[in-house]
Amino acid sequence: MTERVATTPGLFPLPDPAKQRLSDLKGHQKGDLISGNESDEIVAVYDEYRTQVITEQVEAGLDRISEGQLRWDDMLAHPLTVHENVETGGIVRYYDNNNFYRDPQVTGELTFSGDVASELDAAAAALAEADSDASLQATLPGPYSLFDLATDEYYGDEESFLDAVSEFLAAEVEAFPAHETLYLLEPSLVENAPGDGLDARASEAIDTVAAATDADVVVQTYFGALSEKVYAHLMDADIEAIGFDIVAGDREQTLYNINEYGTKTAAGLGISNGLNTLVESPETLAERVSWVQNKLPAQEFDRLYLSTNTEPFYLPVNKHLEKLAAVAAAAEIELEEVTA
Amino acid sequence: MSRPAENREQFRPENHENEHFLLTTVVGSYPKPKWLNRADDLAEDAESKFTHEHLHEAHDDACRVITAEHERAGLDTVVDGEMRRNEMVEFFAHRIDGYEFNGPVKVWGHNYFDKPSVSDTVEYDEPWLVDEFEFTRDVASKPVKVPITGPYTLANWSFNEAYETEEELAYELADLVNIEIEKLVEAGAKYIQIDEPALATTPDDHAIVGECLDRIVAGIDEDIRIGLHVCYGDYSRIYPEINDFPIDEFDVELCNGNYEQIDVFTEPEFGPDLALGVVDAHTAEVEPVEEIKKNILQGLKVVPPEKLTISPDCGLKLLPREIAYGKMENMVKAAREVEKELDAGEIDLETPVPLAD
Ligand SMILES: [Zn+2]
Repeated sequence: MTERVATTPGLFPLPDPAKQRLSDLKGHQKGDLISGNESDEIVAVYDEYRTQVITEQVEAGLDRISEGQLRWDDMLAHPLTVHENVETGGIVRYYDNNNFYRDPQVTGELTFSGDVASELDAAAAALAEADSDASLQATLPGPYSLFDLATDEYYGDEESFLDAVSEFLAAEVEAFPAHETLYLLEPSLVENAPGDGLDARASEAIDTVAAATDADVVVQTYFGALSEKVYAHLMDADIEAIGFDIVAGDREQTLYNINEYGTKTAAGLGISNGLNTLVESPETLAERVSWVQNKLPAQEFDRLYLSTNTEPFYLPVNKHLEKLAAVAAAAEIELEEVTA
Repeated sequence: MSRPAENREQFRPENHENEHFLLTTVVGSYPKPKWLNRADDLAEDAESKFTHEHLHEAHDDACRVITAEHERAGLDTVVDGEMRRNEMVEFFAHRIDGYEFNGPVKVWGHNYFDKPSVSDTVEYDEPWLVDEFEFTRDVASKPVKVPITGPYTLANWSFNEAYETEEELAYELADLVNIEIEKLVEAGAKYIQIDEPALATTPDDHAIVGECLDRIVAGIDEDIRIGLHVCYGDYSRIYPEINDFPIDEFDVELCNGNYEQIDVFTEPEFGPDLALGVVDAHTAEVEPVEEIKKNILQGLKVVPPEKLTISPDCGLKLLPREIAYGKMENMVKAAREVEKELDAGEIDLETPVPLAD
């Protein structure tokens, strides 16, 4: 029997009223974005909306509750753009999307920050107030993606910089409150895949971060399939699950990878499209799960994490909420018996 | 295949003083008068007595003012400064059946875009731009250029719920743009500019844009000048492919990058006319005439004078209005001076730009 867990990768769109309120409070310019030492007034607004998005997830019926990462103005680069030894440079494109973030230029040692841990403390408190059995899920950029999104002006070579980023993330994780699951988002493994040598180190870097928590670690990959070689290395990482993009056009490559190299006994399935407003019905989403299982007759799963493929911040809020509910409902639908 | 671009002569003013003629134009958008922004806000405010009819009048007034401002700067062809448009995709999405709006999405920080969704088959309903063109045509004494957001950008910057592929959606939209151009031509439009900024971010799709343009110009008389504007990208990724596009003119942004990319266009020979950006749309200082003249010479490295159009890099709407005006005014002065020097044979067309030491 495969347990199905309804969740999200985190990084939600800001609720619409918050968009206006926060931009009025913070300003529109580059220098006005989150720095990690915002005023009490701004902190209070984020607290309010954090509680709101936690309630929304509980009401949608998700099994794992994300903090929402509403403060992450720079998306996955956030843990660095708020760091004291990082300067924010120009606005640069976020993967292949029409989204931009401030280039984090690392100019000193990546010492402990605690920024994400304090968000999770607040989320844990808000979740305890909510009447729910769902448990807390933490989200971080995977070490390779954070390394890829940043500019190194301190460590000098790729290997030392990647090591430093992974050790930084590990120390952040150690400060987290109790969490059931940790999602490490690794779109760069697809979009800007590591070359020879670095691919093995990317997987070791994940081990460094994963070793810092007792939680189940899911490494979510998206914007397409991993190359065969990167996948083979990722399988060496000591994690509970690899997450796959089941929406992208090249999902046959994903199936090929799993058939060739196997996968963990749990997997993440990005079944709902985080880049499109078309809301898939729970039945359609459930069919995608069955499709994957039918295509992998030799693979048995103890647990499948179901979510959108990408972070949902690309979506308008109404569609994001509908998709949360659809994923939660899909996790409850009785699947046709899979015969091995 | 490029279209025969001899249709530029129709824009030469009757009293043009030089033998050479460098067609001067703008890309389109222009800073709105401050009172128009207040009027836009008032019209959104349900409690104000300011109605949409009032707003329509305010738009008319602004178009009249900005068109006159373009003429005062001496441009050979003018635009209304896109006073009626809020954003380049939203404006058209509101006019095309099949689009819906669900709310703003993040671009960066607290900057958002009301990214529309194509939730059903796109269809042509009412004309999009004919009324505003007729208004501007009637208040202008110079020919009016009409900028239209291209179908590839309209598809690429929307959520596609209804079509199998974005490519298919782009072609459907291209057919609608073709209908709109037919109606504009009936109303007397002679100069159309298709804006495709999305091509700069996904240059590998140049063949899709080419196919869109084939559909856009189908049945459009060769007298009608068709330009294509693409900005802020790596032009080497779409050149020489654009030589096969059915356009009269390719409008580029190169001033902002100090003409580092100009050599991209010298090999092989440039097909359409070149509309060259000679003032920067992102710096709030008016370039001196002498500097703009040097920029114009860069264009002569690519095409002869009879194929060179002079334009700002991009829409000027982000600049303070007096700076935008100053840039247009100096741009026209520079073009007229270069024409004179060409007439006098003072410019060496073999090496128009002196070689660096
Ligand atoms: Zn432009």
